[in-house]
Amino acid sequence: MPPFGNTQLRLLERLCTAIAVSGDEGEVRKIVLAEIKPCVDEVRVDAMGNVLATRRGSGKNQMRVMLDAHMDEVGLMLVGEDGEGCYRFEMIGGIDVRHLVGKQVFVGKNHTPGVIGGKPVHLMSSEESKRKVSLDSMRIDLGLNGKANTGDRAGFATKFRRAGPSILSKAIDDRIGVATLIEILKNAPSNVEICAAFTVQEEIGLRGAKVAAQYFNPDLAIAIDSTPARDLPMHDGSENMVYNTKLGCGPAIYVADGSTLHDPRLVRFLRETAEAKKIPYQLRQPGGGGTDSGAIQRSLAGIPTVSVSVPHRYTHTPVSIARVDDWKNTLKLLQAALERLTPQLLVRN
Amino acid sequence: MTDILPFLKSLLNISGLSGFEGPASRLIEEKWRPLVDEMSVGRVGSLHALKKGNGKEPRPSLMIAAHMDAIGLQVSHIQDEFLHITKVGGIDIRVLPGLEVTVHGSGSEEELPGVIAMPPAQLLPESEGEGVIALNNLLVDTGLTASEVRKKVRVGDLVSFANEPLELADDVISGHSVDNRSSIVALTICLEELQKKSHAWDVWAIATVQEEVTYLGAYSSAYQLRPQLAIAVDVTHATGPGVSGWQTHPMDKGVGLCIGPNMHPFLHTRLKEVAERVEIPWFLDVAPGHSGTDAYPIQVTAEGIPTALVEFPIRYMHTPVESVSITDIQRTGRLLAEFVTSLEPAFMETIVWE
Repeated sequence: MPPFGNTQLRLLERLCTAIAVSGDEGEVRKIVLAEIKPCVDEVRVDAMGNVLATRRGSGKNQMRVMLDAHMDEVGLMLVGEDGEGCYRFEMIGGIDVRHLVGKQVFVGKNHTPGVIGGKPVHLMSSEESKRKVSLDSMRIDLGLNGKANTGDRAGFATKFRRAGPSILSKAIDDRIGVATLIEILKNAPSNVEICAAFTVQEEIGLRGAKVAAQYFNPDLAIAIDSTPARDLPMHDGSENMVYNTKLGCGPAIYVADGSTLHDPRLVRFLRETAEAKKIPYQLRQPGGGGTDSGAIQRSLAGIPTVSVSVPHRYTHTPVSIARVDDWKNTLKLLQAALERLTPQLLVRN
Repeated sequence: MTDILPFLKSLLNISGLSGFEGPASRLIEEKWRPLVDEMSVGRVGSLHALKKGNGKEPRPSLMIAAHMDAIGLQVSHIQDEFLHITKVGGIDIRVLPGLEVTVHGSGSEEELPGVIAMPPAQLLPESEGEGVIALNNLLVDTGLTASEVRKKVRVGDLVSFANEPLELADDVISGHSVDNRSSIVALTICLEELQKKSHAWDVWAIATVQEEVTYLGAYSSAYQLRPQLAIAVDVTHATGPGVSGWQTHPMDKGVGLCIGPNMHPFLHTRLKEVAERVEIPWFLDVAPGHSGTDAYPIQVTAEGIPTALVEFPIRYMHTPVESVSITDIQRTGRLLAEFVTSLEPAFMETIVWE
């Protein structure tokens, strides 16, 4: 088990606080490059902005394992100026518009502060107050003569907070995966060659992962992501059978999602590893959604792929919640799995 | 004028919801104490600060009231680790999903970070669909386990907005509780200005409680202190995205002087004259009915008190991102001080009805 404590949490905080909306991942890329350079054999930034790094092992018959975590997050993009410091914007990635009104944002490279205001409830009919606030009626307000550029990205200005067993932050999806992959590179086992892909544009169609897989052509791949935990009470008090994953139950191993049947050999291998090492884990409920694994599995001549996620609540909103222990156990499981990997795993049975 | 930004930001960084104004009251008391002659706390919690005039006793007094309470939420039910909530004051529930909040846990006297969660569609009744999620379907999640929550949180505990104020361009500050902590700052500027001015009248600076729910502080303090005149200081609506019309006024263009049945016309005229004499820009605001401010209850307290309403515009009222121009706050503070010094000992006798 690699070290795990405040150093790791501080790295996660820096990663979560950075703003890297799809297509503009520079802030996270900078942190990743600085963190991994001392511990990899090769690193390059490709045509799309993916950070692709290799750390070679030392033994014979090394498997080449691609580990993937996406750097981008959902966010906003300024699309037009209205005057008086107000800008129209569009959403990038799957945001529910109902999370936007009344929120603080940071705009552009300088993190210029702005707010998404709402019409005062005093000035509207009760009819109007029952309708959701539409995207085209909202503006990012930078102050009376505040200036930004059309095309600037904006991210939520939420703070990273610790609470008991949990962390509360924006962009846990997928900075927690990025942080995991950085930690693995820093403590990589020597029996495998690690092909680390810190990808771009996951949130708008798994676009970075596709070219990353084509570049690496690995023997197998693991997408490290963060998956929704819908473990809240049902409105009518009935049993919640659509929880997807639950906080506090360990890393979530994907079986099937909207775009992928995850490689059954790898799913079984991860389960067996967790059980052998007594690491708590859960199986994500099969169903919609997806991770970079979808793009990787179908690349080239096909790549055996699985996906492991740290569960979090409140996906693609200003504040998500994850459990520190789930993250720690995810790191533990991945580390243990890499150490046990042999080519026999992929032989047909 | 001293730099009032740190004081404003400190007031926008604390809770102090209606009925629980303690945190705000303590900050204000500390700031006002060196500026006044006497301080006390009224029976229901309003802060009373007396700056004595130099006129002959018995001196008439002017009460300037700004409410210090803020809107927020309260725990109504605890289900596992999740908190159900109800409103304190007039909140537009549409701003709630995804908000950072602080839960004031009375079980352990701790401030617990939390978030207002809009449960995923799969867990909600189909009728909620794509529309506004009803308050009874929103939950607060503190990230704690059910057993920790049981120990720390009780029904009735307060839930306040936790976003810190942001400094936007051109001296615009945005945060929660700008309504009406920014008026508290205007009143503070007035007291600072009065340090170097001479005034005949006594001035009661009052930070009132519970304006957002029942106006309890305004009429109770007015009753106790029986001022000859009163001014309520509060915020009005600024023009902004999707907001225009007669109820709205541009930011950074001056102080609002309100007319309408809640306000005494003679006082309004005096305020106007003072503003013009000292060249403070002002605009006319009208409140055809209930002004929705402390001026409403004060006017009918005891035998009736001639009352005025002085305002400045903010954007996004009753959201966590209310925005105000610092310049507007400063002008309001200065105008209040100029008004105080303009009051001659026999001013009351000059008030005549047409």
